[in-house]
Amino acid sequence: MAEKIILEIARYSPEQDHEPHFESYEVPVYKEWVVLDALNHIKDTMDGTLTYRWSCRMGICGSCGMMVNGEPKLTCATFLSSYAKNGNKIRVEPLRYFPVVRDLVTELTDFLVKLKKVKPWLMPKDEPPLSQGEFLQTPEQVDRYKQFSMCINCTLCYAACPVVGLDPVFVGPAAIALAQRYNMDSRDQGAQERTAILAHPDGVWGCTFVGECTRVCPKHVDPAGAIQQYKIAAVLDWLKSFVTPRGQDTKHARSEAGND
Amino acid sequence: MEASSHDVLLVGGGGAGLRAAIAAAEVNPKLSIAVVSKVYPMRSHTVSAEGGAAGVAKPDDSLDEHAYDTISGGDWLSDQDAVEAFVKEAPQELLQLERWGCPWNREPDGHIAVRAFGGMKKRRTWFAADKTGFHMLHTLFQTSLKYDPITRYDEWFVTKLLVDDGRVQGVVAIELMSGKIQTILAKAVILCTGGCGRVFPFTTNAAIKNGDGMALAYRAGAPLKDMEFIQYHPTGLPFTGILITEAARAEGGYMLNKDGYRYLQDYNLGTPEAKPVLRSMELGPRDRLSQAFVKEEQKGRTIPTPFGPVVHLDLRHLGEKLINARLPFVRELCLKYQNIDPVTELVPVRPVVHYMMGGISTDIEGATPIHGLFAAGEVACVSINGANRLGSNSLPECVVFGARAGKAAAAVASEQRPANASVLTQAIDEQRRLESQFLRKTGGQERVATIRGEMQATMEKSAGIYREGPLLAEGADKLRELQERSADINLDDRSRTFNTELESALELGYMLDVAESMVQSALHRTESRGAHQRTDYPARDDAKFLAHSMVYRNSDGSSRVEYSPVKITRWPPGERVYGQQAKTAVSQ
Repeated sequence: MAEKIILEIARYSPEQDHEPHFESYEVPVYKEWVVLDALNHIKDTMDGTLTYRWSCRMGICGSCGMMVNGEPKLTCATFLSSYAKNGNKIRVEPLRYFPVVRDLVTELTDFLVKLKKVKPWLMPKDEPPLSQGEFLQTPEQVDRYKQFSMCINCTLCYAACPVVGLDPVFVGPAAIALAQRYNMDSRDQGAQERTAILAHPDGVWGCTFVGECTRVCPKHVDPAGAIQQYKIAAVLDWLKSFVTPRGQDTKHARSEAGND
Repeated sequence: MEASSHDVLLVGGGGAGLRAAIAAAEVNPKLSIAVVSKVYPMRSHTVSAEGGAAGVAKPDDSLDEHAYDTISGGDWLSDQDAVEAFVKEAPQELLQLERWGCPWNREPDGHIAVRAFGGMKKRRTWFAADKTGFHMLHTLFQTSLKYDPITRYDEWFVTKLLVDDGRVQGVVAIELMSGKIQTILAKAVILCTGGCGRVFPFTTNAAIKNGDGMALAYRAGAPLKDMEFIQYHPTGLPFTGILITEAARAEGGYMLNKDGYRYLQDYNLGTPEAKPVLRSMELGPRDRLSQAFVKEEQKGRTIPTPFGPVVHLDLRHLGEKLINARLPFVRELCLKYQNIDPVTELVPVRPVVHYMMGGISTDIEGATPIHGLFAAGEVACVSINGANRLGSNSLPECVVFGARAGKAAAAVASEQRPANASVLTQAIDEQRRLESQFLRKTGGQERVATIRGEMQATMEKSAGIYREGPLLAEGADKLRELQERSADINLDDRSRTFNTELESALELGYMLDVAESMVQSALHRTESRGAHQRTDYPARDDAKFLAHSMVYRNSDGSSRVEYSPVKITRWPPGERVYGQQAKTAVSQ
């Protein structure tokens, strides 16, 4: 017989419930099983109403983030066995600070709006025909933004960020890191266009540098680093504006951060 | 019942779908384009593709060589006009992705870097470390955000294509968050829903890969082509089925049996050398490597585990530095999901269902026989992949044929009449079906997971790496039984809000249709070719089967298999040769 463990799962159905409550399910602990396997076991064999998102089961699609014993986690990468000793209970809840649609499913509409707001697409200086080949970019230039391009949009960092909790309009760690991914790209000239949102009080200045976003990130994107980097660059850019009139200066926050 | 209306409608928001949406928006900015996807686009399964995307990039390479590798890799079942278009446009599409910001790996001088890949005679695989699909998808998704004519229906599940008067006119879909059932009219529809690995028990495919688009088209009367050709990738992690990319072998990894012996040398794939040799040994094609595994198992030279027999992938000699630089995701996956460090330990692997060569039959523009209905990516069969796809040909296929279908659909939409009133009646009937068969149904004894499990076991037993007539016939009978039992499904969940159990039941229906098309095609193809190996018919039979299987749905729900000719342009069928002989064979 396999060892057993209790999952206490937050349940909420807007058609029936005024507020969330917990339900407990006993599941076997196999050493290969992650929390997501236990949820699938419950849904398939015990309770078909349990509702959650998942897809790739290899930590790259970003669907299955939940609070596991109070920590934001990708449930496909969180082994049951690592909790088996801690009183044999695992508490699974939807990611914090998001509205809950049902059970473990959070509402992502606002997050998608924030992602689009930072204009996360390449804005090159000019667009020669494809026949002229690729924009050249050395491996060192790729390395400058590569880390910030690894975000899987799992939103764990929002669930970890106390500022997001206090101020829902804060653009948030993943969106700022994504903006900085393009700002730091040697092919991009869009930093100034992104300034309106990033330099806004709901942009980087909302961050009080708690660093939780970086700590919980399953892909080591370091959003906190991106935010700090942008703040420094923005200050330098602002100082420089006293020396060079705006509009004549083609180097913005991006290049001040050491991109060239 | 609510209705909305667009010009071009995409079902699926992965690599092919987003590329098609952008192409349509660029052809005619006045068009209204809808992307309807059951997941947020960045969750699409393109995200899991690892190793790279093939496209001729260097002076030592040529389009003809890429075409020859693809056609011989496909055991001459590819349509050669499609392959020629594909190899020509792949480099342009990969370059277009570069222009949109895709972080391709670079040479020290700033040019695109390419790596070796299985079955390819030259280095031509563009890569972004070993997260190529992830970077391509996010680049496409982020780029798509700047096109205002693109409207997204995120987390909407399509249940039916509306077809009347011989042309497609829209879809019926459920908005998962609210449970609302809605008609979305469109003048052209492009299916980009990917493959259906979840028909099998052990697969690299994500939970969302249920053959939705294939079944939608099939039910609407379009034929499914070459469905018997199912690719087993030779290196999946046991239990999870997580893919260890072929790039691990392209960088120099060895395949070892239980004695530490590089067993591929026994299967006509060349002789072992320390460094990787193109089109040889570990860089042979996937079908041949997966078949070699089964032979090793029969000889008792695999290693037993609770999750089936395995062999070992040895990366230790590559060193930590190379592994971190070129295969970081492989290391991450091994550490996080298998508790093994490939820098110091052998990685246990076994063949795992990975890719469907077959799909909705389309022409070279992505058009199906139903007017206005297109398909691109894994859901479609153009066919460039023939009887066996080469690694790193699927990502460029998504963008090449996604772009083609997007442009063609935009042209159709620009001149198409509005929808007929009669499709609204169809939509109301579909709403009634969903209500009566699932949400308001009384009685019923079956669970979704039970039928799904039995289907998966059936498919592995009858339509695995090696097949034989009696087992296929048995599988066909069992699938018929499961179809009947699926009418007796009883859902626990009757609510409207985000009803994933309803979604699973509908996906199971899609998978049962797709499974039947696979088994029927496999049963009728009494030869062995590429990924379709019949122990009772071990030879390739060009006289009878140099032809595409076409499965049609009959009005009573049963299927029939017909054949259509393969298009040969410049490469007459020959012998597939790998290893040392390959050099001479190709240069002739």
